[in-house]
Amino acid sequence: MAPEWLVQLRDFISQPWPWWVAGLMIASIMFLLLWLGKNFGMSENFRVMCAADGADEMNEFFKINWRDQEWNLLVALGAVFGGYMAAHYFAAPDGAVAHVSAATVDSLRALGLQFEGDQVPLVPDWYSWQALFTWKGLLMIIGGGFLVGFGARYAGGCTSGHAISGLSALELPSLVSVIGFFLGGMAMTYLIFPLLFR
Amino acid sequence: MRMSRYIFVGILLGFTLYKSEAVSWFRIFEMFHFQSFHMYGIIGTAVVSGVLIVQIIRRYHLKSIEGQEIVIPPKNKTYPRYILGGFIFGLGWALAGICPAPMFILLGSGYTVLVLFLASAMAGTYFYGVMRKRLPH
Repeated sequence: MAPEWLVQLRDFISQPWPWWVAGLMIASIMFLLLWLGKNFGMSENFRVMCAADGADEMNEFFKINWRDQEWNLLVALGAVFGGYMAAHYFAAPDGAVAHVSAATVDSLRALGLQFEGDQVPLVPDWYSWQALFTWKGLLMIIGGGFLVGFGARYAGGCTSGHAISGLSALELPSLVSVIGFFLGGMAMTYLIFPLLFR
Repeated sequence: MRMSRYIFVGILLGFTLYKSEAVSWFRIFEMFHFQSFHMYGIIGTAVVSGVLIVQIIRRYHLKSIEGQEIVIPPKNKTYPRYILGGFIFGLGWALAGICPAPMFILLGSGYTVLVLFLASAMAGTYFYGVMRKRLPH
């Protein structure tokens, strides 16, 4: 049997984290990486992985010394571990649920998505291999990935590189990028989703 | 290079975004509908404390663990790429409901199909590398 305090600690961590805890943690992660002499930017890993897979011999954009970026791949690997542990050993008491607002539940229903009660799952059911056989699933996984990979490199950063690191350094380019993120996100949400979910 | 410290940072990131539901497609959907403060609270708190951290680093010339002064590389000041690239990224972010960090986290929590998202994101990155000279920056 694990000691009582350890069980209590696990239960404490397992609760859904409030926004301000997450925000402070993200800022701390950014600081930790700066203190280690690095910069917080997750999408750079896509470029590093391309380079490591041989793209460095095909295109000059990938002629980087990817071994200098190994640390970033390790952060990504840690994120995989963290996701595994959080999901398997620190599951929330009411399960893998997204505690979205009532207004959001209504909006989701308006698009034709069905939920038991008002419980919205953390992860939608189209994150599955079977969903690849539907147009919606294929578009979300393959199309979404391509847009994220292309857009992040074009803009020179993603949510971590621009919205967190860049805005923290008061970079105007990052503010412009974040405005771009929101314009793109709203175009998808308001213009394309009503067609996609019909 | 001490490897474990980076893996540790990654684990912290994984817990944070998973336990705060920032990895959720539905939370991103909610954010783009402006129906909850949650995601804005996360990003807002991170940015406000991040600004303070960066100001302190710059004012007191804080040094990294290796003894060099911490420098945050400035970004290029040419704007078309940020608005155009940002727009394309935003389309993908809302569509898939995941940005790069949550992709790694959800991959770990068991959604193995996201290896195809990763492969596709690498393809998109490669496509950018090929097209770079022809795109407005």
